[in-house]
Order: sequence, then C-alpha cells, then structure tokens
Amino acid sequence: MLTKRIIACLDVHGGRVVKGVQFVDIVDAGDPAELAVRHAREGADEIVLLDITATHEGRQTLLETVRRTARGLFVPFTVGGGIRSAEDAAQVFDAGADKVSVNSAALADPTLIDAIGRSFGAQAVVVAIDARRDPEAADPVRDAQVFVQGGRKPAGRRVVEWACEAEARGAGEILLTSMDSDGTRAGFDCELTAAVSEAVRIPVIASGGAGTVAHFVDVFARGKADAALAASIFHFGVSSARALKEDLAKAGVSVRLPC
Amino acid sequence: MKRITVVDYKAGNLTSVLKALRHLGAEPDVTDGDLAPIESAEGIVLPGVGHFAATDRLDSTGLTPAIRAAIARGVTFLGICVGMQWLYSGSSEAPDQQGLGHFAERCTRFPEGAEKVPHVGWNSLGVREGSRLLAGVEPGEYVYFTHSYRAPVTADTAAVTHYIEPFAAAVERGNVMGVQFHPEKSNATGLKILRNFLEMMK
Repeated sequence: MLTKRIIACLDVHGGRVVKGVQFVDIVDAGDPAELAVRHAREGADEIVLLDITATHEGRQTLLETVRRTARGLFVPFTVGGGIRSAEDAAQVFDAGADKVSVNSAALADPTLIDAIGRSFGAQAVVVAIDARRDPEAADPVRDAQVFVQGGRKPAGRRVVEWACEAEARGAGEILLTSMDSDGTRAGFDCELTAAVSEAVRIPVIASGGAGTVAHFVDVFARGKADAALAASIFHFGVSSARALKEDLAKAGVSVRLPC
Repeated sequence: MKRITVVDYKAGNLTSVLKALRHLGAEPDVTDGDLAPIESAEGIVLPGVGHFAATDRLDSTGLTPAIRAAIARGVTFLGICVGMQWLYSGSSEAPDQQGLGHFAERCTRFPEGAEKVPHVGWNSLGVREGSRLLAGVEPGEYVYFTHSYRAPVTADTAAVTHYIEPFAAAVERGNVMGVQFHPEKSNATGLKILRNFLEMMK
C-alpha cells in the first residue's frame, strides 16, 4: 500500500539550518548534512533543503552544502531556493539532488517548469507555493493568494489556478505552504491543502503548522495531503519522524514502518 | 574489482545511482555512447527517470545492439524505472519507440480513477520466491517509486506491488533484471538490493 510520506525540511541560510516563525525570527538549528542524515536515520521518508535567503553570491555555498548533504543520504532529496533557470537546476542535480523545488522564478516565468521537466523529468520538479487565505475573495481558500520573495510580496496569482497551471506545465509535485500556519505549530491549513489536492492529479505536500500527531492525521484525512512536511518539531527533538510515524500508524494512517 | 558500466542516455541525472554504487564499493564507468565500456562490462546498469521516448538515444548511439550482445554473453544487467520498462517490447508512453523486447509484454499507464497518477512515494514489495536480486528483502519492506507507467505481472515478475492494481515492481530472468522503484533512493532496503546485484556479477 502506498504510504503517506513524512518529509523533514531543512531551511538553510549561509550553510546552516535555521528556523523562524512565519518567515521571521530566525534561530540556528545545526549543520544540514548532519541533520539530513539524522532525519533519514530516524525515519524521515524524504529530505527537503530550502535555501531561504538564496543570493547570487551564496550559490557556491549552497552547491557545496547540497554535495555534502547528498553524500550520505539514500532517500529522496529535494533542493530549493534561488533556482532561476534550467542551468541552475542542472547544477543542483549534479551536486546530488533528486528533485528541485521552484517558487518565485516559476511565477516570474512559468516556462521554467516545462524546461526543467523536459530535461530531468516531471518527477524531478516540485513547484513550491506559499499561500495565504484571502478573506476578501469570494472563496478565501480556493482563491488564497500566492506570495513570493519568502512570503513578502503577493504574486497576483490564486493558489488553485496556479497549482493547476504548474501541473499542466509538467510539475511532478506541489509543495504547499500555508503562511498563515507556518511556524505556529497550531496545525496545517487542511481546507487549503484539500482545495489544491482535489484540483490536481499530482501529489501535494502539506507544509506549515505541524505541531502534534493529530495535526498530521488531520492533514492526511481532511486535507487529502499525500505527504506532510515539518521542520522545527524534528530539529529540537520534540519528536523523531519514527516516533511520529508510530503514532500515525496507531491512528490508522498508512506509513513506512519499520523505518 | 568487477567492471560495472552505467549507461547515460541523457534521461535525468545519474548522480544518485553512481553515489549509491560507489557507496557499496563499486567503481562504475559511465558511457553515453562509447561502446567499449559495454563490451568490457561484467555488469550494466541502465538507470532512468523521465520519458520512455528518451530511450531512442540508445538506438541512435548503437548502445541497444551492444547491450543486447552483452546480455547474450551473460553480463548481469539491471534496469531502473524507465530502464526496467525498456526491457519490455515498448510502452504506451512513446508507442513508436521500441524497447529491447527481452520481455515480450508492453508497459502501460495506470488507469485514471480515484487514485492519483503518478504513483509517488514508498510502497511495499511482495517478493516472489527465488528472486536473487531481492534476496533478504522481507515481506512488506518499502521502496520508493515515482512513475505513471508500469509493467504487467507475469511469470518473470520478481516482486508485485499494489497501486490501483497489482503491477510488476521487479522483473528477473537469469542475468536480466529490472526494478520499477529507485533502489538508490530506498534507504537500507534499496542498498541491500544493489548489493545483491553487485554480488551477482560474474
């Protein structure tokens, strides 16, 4: 049976893993290569590394971080942040990533999705969407606003229509972050996740708000998520992926165990 | 040191496969058209992510007959994902592109329905008795899949996985093997399978 995936996310800044609340108030959480291997050993199904302050100067640092992180990792490894072209993606793949995550650059030029998919296959392209409910819209959930630049600026797109376009262009997965929930540990935005998951045929990874086992149960059931991503609850030892999955299994969620 | 050659036909990147093989102590050669590393190989790995149409490069470079000859002389062969599908006669993903035809069947897309296509994530293996490639893989061990097309279950199927319906997660006949999943991304279970492959090389 296909299991629900638990994905550990490493937000990286200047070669270190960091964690913030609603994209601000950043604290140090450790070395990415060490943490990635630890998460995989502790049962994470997948690792995502996001360079949250990607700059031109930081590219070589990122590639070196990807290379170091990939070395001891034998689970799927996604890298995002600052990938603006198929050439950028090629460098990240060459350094050892299995998938790339694109966000702002894909919104600026959606053909980037087609271009990376053509060269590396749809399964290698994750389109990350940072979304915030729009209370003014007719449907605040389906019409949630897409944000760019680390959540600072509205992109002028609506979440469901952008997810559908990404799929049509050849995205392999959607990584959906609820900015309303991110870092709060108060639960995923299940309505938002379900709206996107029901609108596309590709897997949707829910992100933002993980705090308790019940939140994960909820986002798989009500949110119809195929995978869920979390960062801070793992970094600070609140729960390992394995402990989380054992609790999920007891709650009737199909997960990869033993792991 | 056994001579192992990984075939690069420009369908996605090889980094993860090479990394896993090196981790297990192999020193793989890579060819993207040079036939010599195929002719001297004791083991061949055909990785693959992406589209079945990409396998046309194997024909245009002359790798297809070279691989066919290698298989005939008993070289241990492993196809991964699209590399497994290429062992069949073809795929509805690219109907005009012929596969190797080592296995007579064709690969087809998962049927549309309530379940999502592609099939992405960790799913369990039902290993059939006698598989050398999957020796030591316990019932219900999980491996990582990402694909929309799959091969049917036949007498040559080495492991069955269920998604929408049963399909061939692995195929094995003599020295020729294929896996639909990605052993290089399947943690300890995947490494165990790649280690079996390396040990099967002459």
